[in-house]
Amino acid sequence: MTKKSSRSSLVTGLAGGPYELWAVIFILVPLGFVAYYAFTDNNFRFTTANIARFFTDTSAAMGAGGETAMVRTYLVISWRSIKLALISTVVCLLLGYPLAYIISRAGARTQKTMMTLIMIPMWMNFLIRTYAWMTILQDTGILNNFLSALGLGRVHIIGTETAVIIGMVYDYLPYMILPLYSIMAKMDVKLIEAARDLGCAPAGVLRRVILPLSMPGVVNGITMVLIPSISTFYISQKLGDGMFFLLGDAIEGQYVANNLHFAAAIAFILMVALLAAMAVMRRLTDKYTYGGADR
Amino acid sequence: MDKIIELKNITKSFDGEVVLDNISLDIYDNEFITLLGPSGCGKTTTLRLIGGFETPDSGDVLFMGQRINDVPPHKRNVNTVFQRYALFPHLNVFENVAFPLRERKVPRDEIEQRVGEMLAMVALKGFEHRAVTSLSGGQQQRVAIARALVGRPRVLLLDEPLAALDLKLRKDMQQELKNIQKATGITFVFVTHDQEEALSMSDTIVVMSEGRIQQIGSSQDVYNEPKNAFVADFIGESNIVDGVMLADKSVSFSGHTFVCVDGGFAPNEPVDVVVRPEDVDIVPEDKGMLRGVVTSVTFMGVHYEVIVDIGGFKWMIQTTDFVDVDEHIGLFIEPDAIHIMKKSQYSGLYGDYASFSNEFDELSDAESEAAE
Repeated sequence: MTKKSSRSSLVTGLAGGPYELWAVIFILVPLGFVAYYAFTDNNFRFTTANIARFFTDTSAAMGAGGETAMVRTYLVISWRSIKLALISTVVCLLLGYPLAYIISRAGARTQKTMMTLIMIPMWMNFLIRTYAWMTILQDTGILNNFLSALGLGRVHIIGTETAVIIGMVYDYLPYMILPLYSIMAKMDVKLIEAARDLGCAPAGVLRRVILPLSMPGVVNGITMVLIPSISTFYISQKLGDGMFFLLGDAIEGQYVANNLHFAAAIAFILMVALLAAMAVMRRLTDKYTYGGADR
Repeated sequence: MDKIIELKNITKSFDGEVVLDNISLDIYDNEFITLLGPSGCGKTTTLRLIGGFETPDSGDVLFMGQRINDVPPHKRNVNTVFQRYALFPHLNVFENVAFPLRERKVPRDEIEQRVGEMLAMVALKGFEHRAVTSLSGGQQQRVAIARALVGRPRVLLLDEPLAALDLKLRKDMQQELKNIQKATGITFVFVTHDQEEALSMSDTIVVMSEGRIQQIGSSQDVYNEPKNAFVADFIGESNIVDGVMLADKSVSFSGHTFVCVDGGFAPNEPVDVVVRPEDVDIVPEDKGMLRGVVTSVTFMGVHYEVIVDIGGFKWMIQTTDFVDVDEHIGLFIEPDAIHIMKKSQYSGLYGDYASFSNEFDELSDAESEAAE
């Protein structure tokens, strides 16, 4: 190595230093602590009991017919979290994709205005947003007053899974739209014209050109919505009337109850599952992005 | 020959700005027709009207006698080679070319066969599985041509397809495109701002400026018999001077009366006179019809480009004889080197080389391209 390049690498090293330090202190160390707590007991001796407890704890649950049965508590909660997160992600994708496309094809000023409107709710605390949804969805809330004023009768939404999903979709929709929009805005209009020119009706253009080219945005959007929504809490407590206890709520509950080691174990299992899911997603993106060619 | 496309009295504006002003054009089957003009002249808009990407504000587009104003692009038997190729980056070479066939649900083995033929035609056999993003500009261009031709359109539209290639490759591709057009018998509508390209490739050239067609004719027609000062200036180099038609075959300009071959003007009608730089002979001063002083000489390889001041008007002469700056020379012009044009809105705007320099010319070309 020449003198010059060794010096420049030193400069780069020093310049990158603060960021690396930041990453170590605020990302790696906390993650290490989570793992450490997950595998230790109250006396900080190694144990796998916390992890095992996640898979084995049972509790009584009421079935649809009113009979009670013993179920594995945290597996039921996990399944519920995953189900609600998947539904919310799919709804976000179905709402966000056409919206992102329409915005990306609008004039420059409309694009700016629309994106600002989408960002504005993100400036408000999510607790406040959740409370706002409570007042909208309550049995005597804005929605029901509006419906009954129209003579359409009232609907019971608060305290149902639907209410939780509405809250989650509202909170995470911008995270779906942003990556989709940024990739669609970069898409060359000429490619769409070329597809039309080569015989595609509008539906064919969507299926054969726009969709495959926006796959990286779809994967990013799914990642950005699925991960926070799988670990979400509070929304389910407020909009679900506490009926739909989720993984996030479980972690919070154990933490508040001072069961730090078990809370860490749940967080650790969730983290490993999400990392695995992300790895699969990355593989899929690599495969489907520009995947038609052998390289 | 049959008309394949007719444009009838087409007008088109964008945001109140007229881009096409009442143009009418017939395109015949099997011909190589070029729309030539500077940027903003409406040539690309004309192409997009034929492709179905724009609809005229007024007037009609006919395809084999049928009005197709409102037929969407995917239902027209016309394909386009786009300026920057517009290849699908998520598909490999084979799938790019197969794209229109898959849309039509052509059987698998026929797709294999037709794509193979097309790739062979554009000399890209063996590139089937390459990513289009890994190809050079010239290779991407070939894929774009193969993709546009594989569906066997009646008409191929080419929107400045060679603009992004370097000079040598551009020359090769010109020849190749011409050969492909002859081999396939498909009508080519070619758009370019490069007059040399237009002259060397086209059966018919349509010269456009400011949303209007200035002249339609063969390469020889538009070069030798330009209709007005714009055409004379845009195609090749021209000295354009004010003259007066004294009688048939007799014209006066630059203080001398010349014998020419044109006629049919009113007596003493003011006209524009075009003399091409290569048609002027340099002779000793006392033997010249016109006399002047050399102000600059540029060596161009095959010839010298000489600027001569004749009574305050700067002429360009291309000659293989060397003359020196400040030399007094005479000019001799044959009758058939003089071309007479009616006065037009373009009179007086072009054809004086007073502010001429090569660098300036290139500079303004680059600017107009960047503005496009």
